[in-house]
Amino acid sequence: MAITRIIIPRLVLLLFVVLGVAVITFTISHLIPGDPARMIAGDRASAETLENVRRNLGLDRPVVEQFTIYIGNLLQGDLGTSLRTNRPVAGDIRTFLPATLELGTVALFIAICLGVPLGVLSAVYKDGPIDQIARTVSVCGISMPVFWFGLILIYLFYAKFQILPGSGRLAMGIVAPERITGFLLIDSLLQGRFDAFRSAVYHIILPGFVLAFANMGVITRQIRASMLDVLQEDYIRTARASGLRKGMIIFNYALRNALIPSITLLGLALGDLLYGAVLTETIFAWPGMGTYVVTSIQTLDFPAIMGFTIVASIGYVLINLLVDLAYMLADPQIREV
Amino acid sequence: MMTTGIVESRGQALAIHNLSLEFPTFSGAIKALDNVSINVAKAEIVGIVGESGCGKSVTTMAATGLLPKGRYRVTGGSVRIFGHSTLAMDESQLQDVRGKMVSTIFQEPMNALNPTIRIGKQLTDVIMRHEEASLTDARRIARDILADMLIGEPERVMNLYPFELSGGMRQRVLIAMAFSCNPGLIIADEPTTALDVTVQAVILRLIQNRARRTGTSVIFISHNVAVVSQLCDRLYVMYAGRIVEQGATRTVLDAPQHPYTQALLRCLPERVAPKQELEAITGAVPNLMHPPAGCYFQPRCKEAVDLCRSRSPQLEGADGRQVACWRRGVGPEISEQGSRQ
Repeated sequence: MAITRIIIPRLVLLLFVVLGVAVITFTISHLIPGDPARMIAGDRASAETLENVRRNLGLDRPVVEQFTIYIGNLLQGDLGTSLRTNRPVAGDIRTFLPATLELGTVALFIAICLGVPLGVLSAVYKDGPIDQIARTVSVCGISMPVFWFGLILIYLFYAKFQILPGSGRLAMGIVAPERITGFLLIDSLLQGRFDAFRSAVYHIILPGFVLAFANMGVITRQIRASMLDVLQEDYIRTARASGLRKGMIIFNYALRNALIPSITLLGLALGDLLYGAVLTETIFAWPGMGTYVVTSIQTLDFPAIMGFTIVASIGYVLINLLVDLAYMLADPQIREV
Repeated sequence: MMTTGIVESRGQALAIHNLSLEFPTFSGAIKALDNVSINVAKAEIVGIVGESGCGKSVTTMAATGLLPKGRYRVTGGSVRIFGHSTLAMDESQLQDVRGKMVSTIFQEPMNALNPTIRIGKQLTDVIMRHEEASLTDARRIARDILADMLIGEPERVMNLYPFELSGGMRQRVLIAMAFSCNPGLIIADEPTTALDVTVQAVILRLIQNRARRTGTSVIFISHNVAVVSQLCDRLYVMYAGRIVEQGATRTVLDAPQHPYTQALLRCLPERVAPKQELEAITGAVPNLMHPPAGCYFQPRCKEAVDLCRSRSPQLEGADGRQVACWRRGVGPEISEQGSRQ
């Protein structure tokens, strides 16, 4: 099977990627200046207290030994204990990651739902008014800074017109549904909590749209460019010469081929979304990984930073795997060979 | 319903009358077609020959509304396909005509079929577009027509993607697609140029046989006179957007009148005695943004006289046989002075 032929090497690769990332983050954490013990004990702690903290953290042992312990724990799913919160990093990530994934998924969904049709229209009516508007919108999306755009939307929709909430995942006074997947939209539906669902939807609109906007611009431009290429192809001329309807030619015959070069871009966009989430989450006080990581960096919370880096790199490998699988789905030439 | 055409052209599959067309550009209009008239009777097989860029494809693509919208301007003339005036049609009316009344088989089978859609689906999409057929019926029609194109195991081929077929097979699929809704007219635009010689003959015979059997009219467009000559009842010779000669295939080939046709035939290896050097037509096709005065072939013509450089010759002669040359047929008296440079 072609599918297993793609998946298995990727999973093996994943192991090496994680190991490599672990080595790099571990090295960096020991190379950069800054003393975690000092961060914990405080500026005025005595040398003795510092020594005690160091011993408790295991920082007094040889570097190689520290690394072996770290890797050993890592393989058991133990990412260490956060220096800041004193809780297991893995647990913290489990708490905060779903919020980010939910935001990212919604944003990607919005970006695709708006970007693809806009790109198609833009190509079909090239140089017409729709094309001009779509191109302007996508340039704005690509070049507008997230923090600025986010603040503008908060000002308009939250402060001025008061249509949409500007921060958090749920309105105050609404009890969060019991945690099943960590995705509020899904959990609330599973438990029939429609009040929570409605509130969650309202809350995710603004940050979701802000996060989606930049990627929508990229997607629109990519789809437009590849649609323009495809519409020049001989098989489109064949389809036209056969009298097929315009709608069928555009969506069944052209878009299907135009999507193939866009798949890589969608994979990249997914990665971009996680990165863009950091800013968006900060602006919208979204309790996700972004906020968690920023705080961890500010407090030199190495276990948390390393844990996040490893989770993110696993995420990237999985996204790439998804991209390859999507290629197989879209392009028979890859699938059937 | 379709706009009905005038009664007199009912016997014609295609009637192009004095069609002139230009492509506007920033630096001026390119006059791609100049007073082109082409008639194809029902069940007739007609060839259009000429060098690349002489307007063969532009003529038929304009007739079927396949030229890119807004990029060209029809400056005169009319086109009727089975009596329907296609130049006056909007896109949706053209979509009803294309595939159903007139189909085009293009060159370059490499990319002429959609790479991501199975052969069967591409055929049934066309069939179900024009015929009241269920998917099962459409698949049966598709299978039968593939078999008719001498494709073994049509059922299996229908489940394949284009990249899994050879160039010759893809071209057969394209021909099958063109014939699938039994159009009265097929335009074969260089259908075999991309194929190797052994396959060419087979493919051309397939088109010819099916057309003769079903009474379908065919226009073969080719730059290769030899290919067209074996298949066609009549020939049109085009040069720089004008028809320079037309007549029954045998007469045109055996007794070419126009200097361009004569030169074209002298370029064919099979018509030249062994060891004798092949001739090439000197010069190049004129720039149609600034065409030469008079006859367009005059700068390359060995027989040109003053008159040729000042006035364009019109197609003259009886209906069956026409030539546009001052040195042939009727015309003003030709003074010999200044001839033969």
